[in-house]
Amino acid sequence: MSNPQQLRYSKEHEWLSPAEDGVATVGITEHAANALGDVVYVQLPEVGTTVTAGETCGELESTKSVSDLYSPVTGEVVEANQAVVDDPSLVNSSPFQDGWLFTVRVSQEPEDLLSADEYTEFAG
Amino acid sequence: MSTSPRRTALDALHRSLGATMTDFAGWDMPLRYGSERDEHTAVRTRAGLFDLSHMGEITVTGAQAADLLDHALVGNIGGVGTGRARYTMICREDGGILDDLIVYRLQEQEYMVVANASNAQVVLDALTERAAGFDAEVRDDRDAYALIAVQGPESPGVLKSLTDADLDGLKYYAGLPGTVAGVPALIARTGYTGEDGFELFVAPEHAEQLWRALTEAGEGVGLIPCGLSCRDTLRLEAGMPLYGHELTTALTPFDAGLGRVVKFEKTGDFVGRAALEEAAARAETAPPRKLVGLVAEGRRVPRAGMAVVAGGRVVGEVTSGAPSPTLGKPIAMAYVDAEHAAPGTPGVGVDIRGTHEPYEVVALPFYKRRK
Repeated sequence: MSNPQQLRYSKEHEWLSPAEDGVATVGITEHAANALGDVVYVQLPEVGTTVTAGETCGELESTKSVSDLYSPVTGEVVEANQAVVDDPSLVNSSPFQDGWLFTVRVSQEPEDLLSADEYTEFAG
Repeated sequence: MSTSPRRTALDALHRSLGATMTDFAGWDMPLRYGSERDEHTAVRTRAGLFDLSHMGEITVTGAQAADLLDHALVGNIGGVGTGRARYTMICREDGGILDDLIVYRLQEQEYMVVANASNAQVVLDALTERAAGFDAEVRDDRDAYALIAVQGPESPGVLKSLTDADLDGLKYYAGLPGTVAGVPALIARTGYTGEDGFELFVAPEHAEQLWRALTEAGEGVGLIPCGLSCRDTLRLEAGMPLYGHELTTALTPFDAGLGRVVKFEKTGDFVGRAALEEAAARAETAPPRKLVGLVAEGRRVPRAGMAVVAGGRVVGEVTSGAPSPTLGKPIAMAYVDAEHAAPGTPGVGVDIRGTHEPYEVVALPFYKRRK
């Protein structure tokens, strides 16, 4: 699997796109999606709420387990991906594209996000 | 004491197939090879191949083998015909369930007891202890067998292409010795998926040859390797109990709604008889919590240990839960107070991390195959 170069990554296995007009997109990595197995339920933060870097903002449920979703940045949620709520398998089939989770107006970005190469090494 | 997990004879093969492995009852077992939902669907509609070598085989032989098992287990084992199998349980003196078992009568004086991996040592110890005074030998055969299951509607066709054994004459819960793909095997028509299927007990050194032959034979009908993850959702849909979840030492077979496996009418005393007679009477007069099915109205998945609630009160506990690929909704088995256990009882929910999610009470099983 390859992690797109233009994204940055958290150690909780979320990815963050470069911000456009201050708004960035968040998802989970292919590595995380594979580790979860078939995702069957996604609970996303509500539009307008504030998410905080490193804190839980939703959950991802697979056949075997439920996992917290952590926000890689601090900011206000602009949009939640309704397509992934309706069809959680998008997280497995297209974690970096159609399976994106939410967009956020970034107010603060932690300094310890990883580059694609750093994340690839971190995830093993 | 910490020991590394045991590996089955097919371990290298699983890894070459890209399996995600998991520690299960001290064994390193395939959890899934790809998508567990696809594996589940393959077994429901085509065929799936499982490595179940973690199951614990115990052989009981001797002139009094039947008498020993009638004494040690709750079922009527002497009444099982040669070549047939029986689902049964082994209980403590107080009636608590030590394990659920399948017992195969291989010959007049030879039985194979198949225990859950997590309980194999407990069952072996109990049988050995209970054998005192009987002309019978209890033998640990856990290392003597690998176990490969082929399950699903296409499984008879797949197996037929590899054996001369009379599969049409092999009924559900029967087993016969034969040769499959050139390998000596005990061929049993049993399973834990709710589908037609077979379990093949073979020598570990033959396991890989058999697995490869079955894979090849099943290629044209969509047979795929399947892991323990889909085995759990398959058995849950079929309403089959899992030890450690629906069955524990704290419950008698009557508490689990499986009192029919206890055969009081058999001759002679058996371990747990007195306690089980009381449990049977109690189940009649003051019904304990009942094992029911729950189907979600929403999409959050109930998990073992979560509380079943009604009217703001805890009325039961989830024992197993998973998203059901066949129903397309989360399902669960749960022990629920008798007054909330009737199918359709309104106002029942599951407390999922603080939120009461509505659930419909249904009769088990969730899924029954068309014959």
